Amino acid sequence: MLPNDLKPETFRSYPPEAKSLVIENLAVLRELPLSFESGLLREVIEFDYKFPAERRALERELQNLSHLAPGEKTRWMQGFSTISLSPKLEHFDWVNSPAQFTEQLSAHLWTTHQLDAFRLAANTYGDQLRAAVPVEVPAVPRLGITVIGEGVQSYSGPLFRKLRPYGAHFSNVLPDDGLPTLLATVVSRAKQHNAPYAHWYIDGGEAAGHDPSLAFVSYAALESVRVALLGKIHTETQKPGMGPEMLRTLMAQLRPTDLGMKEAGSQVLDRFQLKLLTEGSGTQIFSTSFTQWAAREALRRAEPLTLLVRFAPRQRQKPMDELLSPQAVQSELDPLGSLIDADMGAYYNWLNQQRLPGAENAAFLAWFEGHNEAVVIGPTVPHATESANPINMKQLLSWIV
Amino acid sequence: MQPWDEIAHAIGRTRREFLRDAAGVTLGSTLLRSPFARAAASPKKKKVVVITFGGGARDQETFAPEGQENVPNMLRELIPRATFFTQVINRGILGHYVATASLATGAYETINNFAALPPENPTVFEYYRKELKRPSSDTWVVAPSNGFNHIGESSSRSFGPGLGARVILPKHLLTAAISNRHADYAHLLRDNYETPYFTPELSGSDFELEQLEQLLKLSVDDFKMHARTLSSPDELSAYITKQLMRQVAPSLLCITMHDIDIAHAGTYSLYVEGIRRTDRLCAEMWKTIESDPEYAGKTTLLILPDFGRDADNDAGGNGFQHHRTGDALSRTTWLIAMGPGIREGVVYDRAVDALDLVPTIGSMMAFTASLSKGKPITEIV
Repeated sequence: MLPNDLKPETFRSYPPEAKSLVIENLAVLRELPLSFESGLLREVIEFDYKFPAERRALERELQNLSHLAPGEKTRWMQGFSTISLSPKLEHFDWVNSPAQFTEQLSAHLWTTHQLDAFRLAANTYGDQLRAAVPVEVPAVPRLGITVIGEGVQSYSGPLFRKLRPYGAHFSNVLPDDGLPTLLATVVSRAKQHNAPYAHWYIDGGEAAGHDPSLAFVSYAALESVRVALLGKIHTETQKPGMGPEMLRTLMAQLRPTDLGMKEAGSQVLDRFQLKLLTEGSGTQIFSTSFTQWAAREALRRAEPLTLLVRFAPRQRQKPMDELLSPQAVQSELDPLGSLIDADMGAYYNWLNQQRLPGAENAAFLAWFEGHNEAVVIGPTVPHATESANPINMKQLLSWIV
Repeated sequence: MQPWDEIAHAIGRTRREFLRDAAGVTLGSTLLRSPFARAAASPKKKKVVVITFGGGARDQETFAPEGQENVPNMLRELIPRATFFTQVINRGILGHYVATASLATGAYETINNFAALPPENPTVFEYYRKELKRPSSDTWVVAPSNGFNHIGESSSRSFGPGLGARVILPKHLLTAAISNRHADYAHLLRDNYETPYFTPELSGSDFELEQLEQLLKLSVDDFKMHARTLSSPDELSAYITKQLMRQVAPSLLCITMHDIDIAHAGTYSLYVEGIRRTDRLCAEMWKTIESDPEYAGKTTLLILPDFGRDADNDAGGNGFQHHRTGDALSRTTWLIAMGPGIREGVVYDRAVDALDLVPTIGSMMAFTASLSKGKPITEIV
């Protein structure tokens, strides 16, 4: 099937809101090249489970495509139109399985040396879209906070080396009440600028506190889900003929309730957490990988106004099959290795925050939990500066909030 | 110059400038060399050892200023005695098996990265053995994963069966030796970080144990006892390689390292730990070459990563974790070449293609890689 064969009934298995969205935009969907359309449908099919920011972005994108004049549309799609697809891909059920299709498309692009052309087409399209569709300016400057090093008694190596050039490094932070102060700041912002999924707290271990005004994700709270997932993977991989692609397809079809998540949970947040575990790499076994990936995905998808991320120690490295076993016993922790992971994770959190609209006004704070070291970045903070003066967490926050 | 080439060029330039400061190297383009001098320096019965610094390491964790702490051995011991190429570009598929196969054939392979298939183009081992009429014992591959068991011999009709390298899979060897999984050795059997749920199973252990005892002159008990002292699969590979060099002394030997690929699990500390270990093992390998009379004074060592990893600033990836975006950083790596006849402490900034490895080895060992798509790297042949 090709895009110009699309009919309303083609989308009968789509969730209700996604179905309405495609039917509303069917005319334009019929005109798009398949190499582009599959990526778009990959987003559309998840519409019912998307965060508000994603839904608005997708609606604006479709609206923009629908309003392009025929010549403009051809120009926008030029790069994608030159991508040649195999008959096998064209016959694939890309309408109902767009995620699996894009994986096969990716393999096809690598094999046929068209990846660079596709990257160029995607980047050009992204630039045009950003220029044509005004970005959503955040209601208040974003604030990102990353706390690293839980459980580390002492560490003499340099931290925040990648962040320091962009802000001020403090080496005499008074750690008392540090975490409660940060949490209170996040909750206060959530109450002042209340909006669904606008304020987040992600913890790589046990939560330090919880307020219903925050979207909350924690590695520890998902333990039973992780064990259930590893059990399912273990069962599936024992079946003859099972390979990586088939396993990914099965993972993509899982629903939160398949892994024991309660019906009563938030459908959007539960799906988000499920995807962290089924699509993330290492998220099932290492809490630092989970935390970094959860923060990345929360920033990319929900575009939060406030994000507090706290890394916790991950388990020590063991052979993969032992780590992936659903019967794995709780193993020894690696606090120092986790600190190094989290230091890089803090940098990635800042990078990902800076990809969002309003980056020029956004603020960021990273702190070595329970210790004296922190870095703050914000529009009024001078770059690459150092301070050894005593400062408590409230004073530190006052630099950027 | 295309924007992508500009980025790759900038990556290379940064490496060169850093190396000039750190290791006191000279820019190669300022040097001229007489071909007669090179011929005089080329000993007969040359041997070549290739190490792929795998799987996938970025500039910023290796030769960029902030990465220097991770490669102290290469920086202080190898670079001053080597010719260093700052830009080796891999334009092929960035999967470890298929990229290693491309390095081995000098043609960009398009085989499925996760299937146990031989390369489609003739390998460097087949060119070498066919043209110079060398026995199979003269070419070996030490490979990290069961998925690499076909890397030594292609499916090419004009080469292929019976002309390839012998492949040794240290993990498979260890599995055969211990007969059952044993907790003491489990850390040495980690396999395939990209699809960790699927480790290709190889059948048969008799041949493996025969290799161990007859070729490597190792008793099962000695092997098991030594394996207990090692900390990672790449250390196991290095141990087996040294044993192979001592007992068999192949002329063309390729070792594929893989510990670094733990990066796919998203743990930066383990990724960096893998780089540091590989750095140490590469220096150890050079010491082994220099101290073994079968290799000393007549061996060229070539070290290069199979490819890089995604850049931090590419929103399509997740930084060091994967090599999926195909961006400049994930495609641009480096090459260390050292041995008799190769200039010491010299850096070349020009772009070299990953495919150039096979014809370069061909020029060094006097055979023609007729179907390779690369060109000999003239500065080191």
